[in-house]
Amino acid sequence: MMPALVILVFVGLVPFVYVLYVGYFDWNIFSKVHGMSWAGLNNYRKLVFDSAFNASLRRTILFTVLTVSIEMVLGILIANLLMIKIRGINFFRAIHSIPLTVAPIALGAAWRLMTLPGMGPLPYYLQKMGLDFNIGRYAQQAFFTTVIMDVWHWTPFITLTFLAGLSSLPKSPFESAMVDGAKGWQIQFYITLPMLKPVILTILFLRIMDALRIVDEVWMLTGGGPGTATRYIGIHIWRVVFPKTDYGYGSAMSVIILYFTIVLCWFLIIIVTQSRKGVDR
Amino acid sequence: MRSWITGKEEKRFFIYLIWIFLSIYTLFPIYWLFLVSARTRIELFGHPTFFQTTFHIENFTRPLLNGIYGSYIFNSFIIATGNTILVIICAIFAAYALSRYRFKGANNIFFWTITNRMAPPAAFMFPLFLLYSRVLVVGDIRLFDTHIGLILVYCLFNLPFSIWLLKGIVDGIPISIDESARIDGASTLDIIWRIIVPLSAPGIAVALILSWIFAWNEYLFAATLTSSNARTITTGLAEFVTIIGTNWGEMAAMALVSVIPPLLFLGFVQKYIVAGMTFGAVRE
Repeated sequence: MMPALVILVFVGLVPFVYVLYVGYFDWNIFSKVHGMSWAGLNNYRKLVFDSAFNASLRRTILFTVLTVSIEMVLGILIANLLMIKIRGINFFRAIHSIPLTVAPIALGAAWRLMTLPGMGPLPYYLQKMGLDFNIGRYAQQAFFTTVIMDVWHWTPFITLTFLAGLSSLPKSPFESAMVDGAKGWQIQFYITLPMLKPVILTILFLRIMDALRIVDEVWMLTGGGPGTATRYIGIHIWRVVFPKTDYGYGSAMSVIILYFTIVLCWFLIIIVTQSRKGVDR
Repeated sequence: MRSWITGKEEKRFFIYLIWIFLSIYTLFPIYWLFLVSARTRIELFGHPTFFQTTFHIENFTRPLLNGIYGSYIFNSFIIATGNTILVIICAIFAAYALSRYRFKGANNIFFWTITNRMAPPAAFMFPLFLLYSRVLVVGDIRLFDTHIGLILVYCLFNLPFSIWLLKGIVDGIPISIDESARIDGASTLDIIWRIIVPLSAPGIAVALILSWIFAWNEYLFAATLTSSNARTITTGLAEFVTIIGTNWGEMAAMALVSVIPPLLFLGFVQKYIVAGMTFGAVRE
């Protein structure tokens, strides 16, 4: 246990305490005072009224809600499709799980190459259909492209997890339901989904946390642009703090985000463990 | 159920159709990377085509052999491998301790490590950058832009993941085996090395491979905590996009190169990837 704890304390706890500490200081290499000067809660006060920060927080939440709900629906549909036994299903399944190992940054590069005006196939064919597609210019298109990209990347995760849950279910409730003459969708809604509640909650938990953290793909695809259309919270910290070297303010931002994460994490873990107690054990 | 698909054959045909469509949709971005990497600058623009007969190998050779990308890949490889080894050794001990001993605060430790894994890297990257480049400096020695620095940072997300994956597996090994070994005079180290490790070998392999993939794919920490010596391939990819213009062909080629190693590993872990990515919460 000790070596693991030492490393985790070094990379996890020390930065956390340090960021708490720096958050109370004014530390900006462009300011009059060289080095750190005590600022009390000023950084946090500034943060509450920072409209760019709040907008980016709202944008991240909207992005998370959209991607996770689309991925859940698609993932569950595809998992059901994978349950139908046909020849070569394992081959299709292997192909379907490829996105899981692709580096987010390489994925961003691939999508950038596909959406590049004058070169990529997407703008070319959408233009022919009468849609001027340019994610460097239109904010909404850029936003929805990042949503679609995330759906491409993470739907397989939900599919495979859900599939694992499906194949671990006992057969008997389904057989008796069939005998009672239940229809396919009835079985799905009244037996399968309730039985898989712990699995679904686990997936939801992991996906929400991951979607909130998104940086790499979007950074590569749009760089947070056009304007601030795809500047999610991670990108916001990166773009605002590092060029301005406003260390104190950046620390305050990090603290707030860590705080949100911890609360959300705690809340979700409680839900997951509760449902697990009810169904599993 | 009323359905416009009547026969069994037609239904099967329909399912195959969906699958072929889904597979094309899944593979297309990667196929497009391949197409772009095979083309010269002139071939890239204008009417997009989906087939390629010529192969512009310079897109690969120029950045890899003449440029700096060979060393980026080398760095990525060193960092991912080093991190994986460190993570697995620590994780085995931690998993054993958490599984076999009851101590105060075990649940809090669990919660804390999970939070580390879940926290946005953006929130950690900033304090770590300050620590690495300004605070923890002894003379000329600092962790900024070193391999060891990144190896340590990647423990932040790989270690919790491996601990909880392995803990689930060690929990499944009956404690009576430990006890009988202890009666025979084995020390704790002996038990871990001779009993726990061999029995949980498949789980260790999965944790190894997935940790390696995560470390290889990581971008944000690598971008902020390195400048030249320890740059990884993912940061190299982002460097292609410059103000003066981007060499898209070479970028695609390097992206393709960075995608290949994890893809090779996928074959080994495909069966376990679900258990791995859900911390062992969902199993097949």
